[in-house]
Amino acid sequence: MPFNDFSKGLIKINPIFVLALGLCPALAVSISIENAFGMGIAVIFVLTLSNLIISLLRNVIPKDVRIPSFIVIIATFVTIVNLTFKAYLPSLSESLGIYIPLIVVNCIILGRAEAFASKNPPLRSVLDGLGEGTGFLLAILLISFFRELLGTGGINFAILGYEFGSFIIPLFSDMPALFFIMPPGAFLIIGLLLGLFKRMDVI
Amino acid sequence: MNELLSLFLRYALVNNFILVMFLGLCPFFGVSKKLSDAIRMGLAVTFVMIASSIITWLIANFILIPFNIEFMETVVFILVIASFVQLLEMVIRKTSIGLYRALGIYLPLITTNCAVLGIAEINFLEGFSFLGSIASSSGAGVGFILALTIMSGLRERLELSEVPGSLKGLPIAFITASILSLSFLTFGGLRI
Repeated sequence: MPFNDFSKGLIKINPIFVLALGLCPALAVSISIENAFGMGIAVIFVLTLSNLIISLLRNVIPKDVRIPSFIVIIATFVTIVNLTFKAYLPSLSESLGIYIPLIVVNCIILGRAEAFASKNPPLRSVLDGLGEGTGFLLAILLISFFRELLGTGGINFAILGYEFGSFIIPLFSDMPALFFIMPPGAFLIIGLLLGLFKRMDVI
Repeated sequence: MNELLSLFLRYALVNNFILVMFLGLCPFFGVSKKLSDAIRMGLAVTFVMIASSIITWLIANFILIPFNIEFMETVVFILVIASFVQLLEMVIRKTSIGLYRALGIYLPLITTNCAVLGIAEINFLEGFSFLGSIASSSGAGVGFILALTIMSGLRERLELSEVPGSLKGLPIAFITASILSLSFLTFGGLRI
């Protein structure tokens, strides 16, 4: 039963493809696998810990001021992530730019706080946060895989500054479809993926 | 004056908030089904954007920077925006019931709109002057209204056209947005 709290976020109520929440970062930073990992890990961190704290405080916070209280809790964790990235991963922090502080207004996090963590005990809320965060990471990785592959003609696997090798498609990488790493490519890829998932009856 | 105009155009067209920077996508896909709703939502967002960039500019320059607590910017900005929107909703409800019916229902949504926090963060990080941040936020607001209006006009047409079954609804909206975004990229050639 508790495992269900984790696994439902992966596919059944995937934040991006099913709930259509948190689209701004999913489209904006999915230029490369490295950026997608950075953003995904930041979101997992913030979502899990803010779910934990909100769940622990759920009987203390008055109902009328719950939204501002949730936002302050979330903003605290976002500031932690922002400062940590700036200190230890300056290049990643540079390329994610303004989208790191904007995790505060990412609808997934406030949405899970309101819909799940404010009503359920801490352990289940943590699992829910981990699951939804991982679902977000998987979705953004999928989008960025296609964008990086088509837009640069190869993939560079890197997680938080560590390189895990790379490959390029010969010939294609000399003249890749730059369209896909520009903003319109993001809209197109996510639209086609949504259509594909609907066609395959996954969502 | 020229600088202000170029800031205005930069955020209205070249760095259009929705189509190029992906800020404020939730209302873009959520509220863009009817033209009249889209215009009202756009006006509400623009007003909140301009007002909150004035407030956050004052707070940043008179409190955060003199006391060396710039790292608190995200927490402070979102709290200020959230309380400002709440206050605005209360004032509108007390003073004009017509305006409240027209704009009020969108106000709670605006708190968690990335565009509002986004413009505050941009003004802060880029270090714009007071007039500069008014210019950039009004430009961003106008660009927001523009994109939302075009999209809602297109979506009213899309309702009547034949779309392949699996692309109906959100997927075709994304693909339409992709083509719109492509046309906005051409503003990148503007010399401003």
